[in-house]
Amino acid sequence: MIRNSASEMAAKLAAGETTSVVLTQAHLDRIAAVDTDVHAFLYVDTEGALAQAAAVDAKRAKGEKLSPLAGVPLALKDVMAQKGIPTTCGSKILEGWRPPYDSTVVANLKKNDIVILGKTNMDEFAMGSSTENSAYGPTHNPWDLTRIPGGSGGGSSAALAAFEAPLAIGTDTGGSIRQPAAVTGTVGVKPTYGGVSRYGLVAFSSSLDQAGPCARTVLDAALLHEAIAGHDPKDATSINAPVPQVVTAAKSGDVKGMKIGVVKELNGDGYQPGVRARFEESLELLAKAGAEIVEVSAPNFEYALAAYYLIAPSECSSNLARFDAMRYGLRVGDIDGASAESVMNLTREVGFGKEVKRRIILGTYALSSGYYDAYYGSAQKVRTLITQDFTKAFERADVLVSPTCPTTAFKIGEKANDPLAMYLNDIATIPVNMAGIGGMSLPSGLADEDGLPVGFQIMSPVMKDERMYSVGAALEAALLSKWGAPLLDKAPIMGGVR
Amino acid sequence: MTLSYDDVVAKYEPVLGLEVHVELNTNSKMFCGCSTIFGAEPNTQTCPVCLALPGALPVVNEKAIESTIKIGLALNCSIAPFSRFARKNYFYPDMPKNFQISQYDEPICVDGYVDVEIETEEGPKKFRVEVERVHMEEDTGKSLHVGGATGRIHGAEYSLLDYNRAGIPLVEIVTKIVPGTGKYAPEVAKAYVAELRDILRSLGVSDVKMEQGSLRCDANVSLRLIGAEKLGTRSETKNVNSLRSVERAIRGEMIRHAELLNAGGRVVQETRHFQEDTGLTRSGRSKEQAEDYRYFPEPDLVPVEPDAAWIETLRAALPERSSLRRKRLQEAWAVPDKEMAAMINADVLDIVEATVLLGADPTKARTWWLGEISRIANDKDVAIADLAITPADVAEIVALVNAGELTDKLARQVVEGVIAGEGKPAQVVAQRGIKVVNDDGALMAAIEKVCGEQAETAEKVRNGHVPAAGALIGAVMKETKGQADAAKVRSLLLTYLGQSEG
Repeated sequence: MIRNSASEMAAKLAAGETTSVVLTQAHLDRIAAVDTDVHAFLYVDTEGALAQAAAVDAKRAKGEKLSPLAGVPLALKDVMAQKGIPTTCGSKILEGWRPPYDSTVVANLKKNDIVILGKTNMDEFAMGSSTENSAYGPTHNPWDLTRIPGGSGGGSSAALAAFEAPLAIGTDTGGSIRQPAAVTGTVGVKPTYGGVSRYGLVAFSSSLDQAGPCARTVLDAALLHEAIAGHDPKDATSINAPVPQVVTAAKSGDVKGMKIGVVKELNGDGYQPGVRARFEESLELLAKAGAEIVEVSAPNFEYALAAYYLIAPSECSSNLARFDAMRYGLRVGDIDGASAESVMNLTREVGFGKEVKRRIILGTYALSSGYYDAYYGSAQKVRTLITQDFTKAFERADVLVSPTCPTTAFKIGEKANDPLAMYLNDIATIPVNMAGIGGMSLPSGLADEDGLPVGFQIMSPVMKDERMYSVGAALEAALLSKWGAPLLDKAPIMGGVR
Repeated sequence: MTLSYDDVVAKYEPVLGLEVHVELNTNSKMFCGCSTIFGAEPNTQTCPVCLALPGALPVVNEKAIESTIKIGLALNCSIAPFSRFARKNYFYPDMPKNFQISQYDEPICVDGYVDVEIETEEGPKKFRVEVERVHMEEDTGKSLHVGGATGRIHGAEYSLLDYNRAGIPLVEIVTKIVPGTGKYAPEVAKAYVAELRDILRSLGVSDVKMEQGSLRCDANVSLRLIGAEKLGTRSETKNVNSLRSVERAIRGEMIRHAELLNAGGRVVQETRHFQEDTGLTRSGRSKEQAEDYRYFPEPDLVPVEPDAAWIETLRAALPERSSLRRKRLQEAWAVPDKEMAAMINADVLDIVEATVLLGADPTKARTWWLGEISRIANDKDVAIADLAITPADVAEIVALVNAGELTDKLARQVVEGVIAGEGKPAQVVAQRGIKVVNDDGALMAAIEKVCGEQAETAEKVRNGHVPAAGALIGAVMKETKGQADAAKVRSLLLTYLGQSEG
């Protein structure tokens, strides 16, 4: 049962073939069986999940009208505030903090009766591409436990790939939903910026952060997308417009007559042969399904990574200033006679990891007087140019596509001491965040050279998220009929269950 | 050696710059729904947003934007069609986010002015104070440093933090530099703040209580040799909590700067704290190494783009300008220019108006506040508003005088009693046993006594030299401890000495 898609589970619940308590317990059992190896979870809320499941079952028994995913379990990235549940963001500095409030995403999940199993591991404050930067140890890729599950949302993607949860919430600042999806053979969507409320999402880079759905199928992602999206008066950057009809699009999967633009700059050199092969193959399948493939150019994308590593650290240096030991979280050095300043300094010294400190320092420098124009100011100009590149490209194509990332999952420890190599992994995902548009990654097969999953990225214009779901569903269907079974069936057996 | 103020202004020209922070009186905070009521139990008016809990986001209070636009319009500013919030980054425990959401290079209102009029030796004179910008920001929390001698963080045993104030909407009104005020710089500064306060009050956007901190003034002043082009180094004086203090602080700083410069020293660019008791300033934070606030546009908020039609609606609904109000009051009360300027200068216009509205004659009301009560405030070295006498008290005293129950002289004793905290006027009259001596017998006894003592003078009056009666009247008044009506004494005395009124 745990290998079903979320929509299949929902159908069984609706048909009375199982209950949410049974389904939730099955996932809790699976977590108990495999998570010692995978380490997808930082906190499992057994009691809360079962109580929530029992409540949904009771509502169903009474014949109440329930939402499409009611009773289906979900894994929540530990960057989302959930009332009363430890929320660490993968950092020591928030150890022990239990938020007194629910993020809007969590409130929406609860409103939709989606059962929250627990909190998943992540790179500290979502800074990283491997989940190795978690203060609580790395998460392992279920395809090969010696490899990374992507990051920052490696916990969420690994939980899906290891069948510990059929749905998960991720957040994506530069690729933290899509890259983990790519390297674990799962689906991850970064909605249009402002499509899903950021209220209660612990900020890394406010102008880039976006929460989104993670799942094993495009339709599941769409169902979760609609459950969490929508205008939120508590988030000033939330878009006040109807939620794109992503479920309808995912169900139809119709790409006839659609123009699909291949971004010239996001391919070629630096991309692993197996990644390129799967990408070309997917393009052929889409063409066969009736789409027109065109090539587009985005000349300014080459500056995206550099600009990103100025904007994101700048915002993070300010966003993370609040972790000062005064009101919550870790407090170090609070002995008689210690000044507030020394307690703040010691706490931040001890509480933040190396990558977080690196970015705070980088951002502090980039915003400094005398450097602002050259760094932060120039980066903002690049951002405008990238947005213009997208605008032009979308005049020629309905969606844009590229490989999600240049490589398959690398070994744990392989790039840990080479931040620049690590940063390069996000080269194809970052432009999407810079322009605030939508982006999806779905599995396009395994690379011949290492047998590891490859991701296919689809990008859609602002608030036209339904387009990437149409294309994603079409490709998913074509690949499924080609493979004869879901890609995850090829993953190694874990915990005695495939 | 202390320089005299005249020496200072004979040699140097002061240049002013004034930054006024105004707490808006919105019901909720700038970026969250928490209450803004003053004086609540510490940390009871807080939420995830104003405590900067992880994940919380700010949302702009629209009422605050409306109030700020009104202020901008009233100060003759242009309202920016596009403005943004920015983060001002610095660490301090009473600032929850460790950055303040403010406005930096894109403020909402720019380029306005305020005209003020002060009384000078050459008569009333107008000065235009140009406003550079009006912008929105949020207040910080409050730190209470316990255990130190000074109440400052250094030397304190521990500090308590109250975040009720964190996030209260603030508007900062910044002037351009104000040259050309010469020796009247302190008066111009004070008149500007007074005018600003009147405008803000008439707009109804703030409580404008300086003593509660809802209106705070930072006074920048620098000196340059008369005729010099280059500006001198400025100091910024904070903690200026009354109109009177604005004037005192600037005067004090001008003298301090001049003494330093005359001695061949230099003025340090720094923040100074005004000491209400001494009228002097104390050195605060040095600004020699300008703090780098790493401003950048606040990514959690969208730009403010007010609709032009809405701005015009707000403009059309602006209340009476305070200069117009002054003109109106001056005409209604028939006050001479000089007296009007004196009232404005002494900051008693509101209080006189309140007294008149309670039924007092405008001239009498003005005379009391500007005369006796001002004098007492001066002697006590406090602001008039801080004295324990209200417009209602003065109106009551004026009524008692009109009814003949008090003479002017007795009324002064009543005023003194009210200010001394002895109660309302009626209570003071009763307790002090103050009453007009109308008993002719008692008065005649006093008159006879005085005429006996000053027989020579009495004789002159008897012989028709009426002006000499003044001395006798004064003596009788003294004899009756001022409780007699002087007019009555005069009439009885002249009759007694065989002279008729004429």
